[in-house]
Amino acid sequence: MQEAKKALTDIKSLNGTLLVRASGELDIHTSMTFRSRVEQEVQSNNCRRLIISLRDVTFIDSSGLGALLGRYRKMTELGGKMALVSIPARLKPVLELSGVLRILPVFDTEKRALERL
Amino acid sequence: MYAHTNSMVLIIPNLTQNVSLARVAVAAFASQLHFSLSEIEELKVAVSEAVTNAVLHAYDGPGEIRVEATCHDGFIEVCVSDCGKGISDLAEAMQPSHTTIPERMGLGFSFLESLTDSLEVESHAGRGTSIRFTKRALTARTEDSRP
Repeated sequence: MQEAKKALTDIKSLNGTLLVRASGELDIHTSMTFRSRVEQEVQSNNCRRLIISLRDVTFIDSSGLGALLGRYRKMTELGGKMALVSIPARLKPVLELSGVLRILPVFDTEKRALERL
Repeated sequence: MYAHTNSMVLIIPNLTQNVSLARVAVAAFASQLHFSLSEIEELKVAVSEAVTNAVLHAYDGPGEIRVEATCHDGFIEVCVSDCGKGISDLAEAMQPSHTTIPERMGLGFSFLESLTDSLEVESHAGRGTSIRFTKRALTARTEDSRP
């Protein structure tokens, strides 16, 4: 399960906001672990804002995008908000193709997302 | 002297961790053509979608997935096939946003269509599915067109 560990390196809870720094590859194999860990942290920290940084993500396909959109749906159900930050240029074409960028707020930096979400 | 057509075959169990192996293997194989980095990324996503589809839907238990790639003059042809259940309604399965699994976007075939130059899907009940696509190296096309 080394790949699954690599897909999620850092999670911080800051005053009701969960900041997730994803890394590695988000595909069918890693997105299952990603999904369950984020869900668990949102619940245990009672967070209503979720910020996911994709800065260190090296690959994403529709499985990974499904995991991101699934978290957005969950946060919306909870009355919360979610944003993406630091999208690498190599991931942008797939994110644009999927329509995810039309649904989710995107910020350049974590700081800006923390201020404005 | 005659021209060789280079090809590769990868046979893998239908395990999720093998999706990464398949896309990296095809991307490494494709590097002999003049693909740009963004084209290689698109190729990796296309392979990932095709293999993920087989991992998730082909078999109820263990099974094998065959990934074949052939380098032609300026383009790569990839075929991902299985000997599983087959897709009962192919037209429905290829509709954007169609999915039988919660938390999935149902964009696998849409991505395949958008990121490749040609796509053929063949499926027979009880005999399996094959997803065949081609991707042309735009860089090669540009170089070919130079005087």
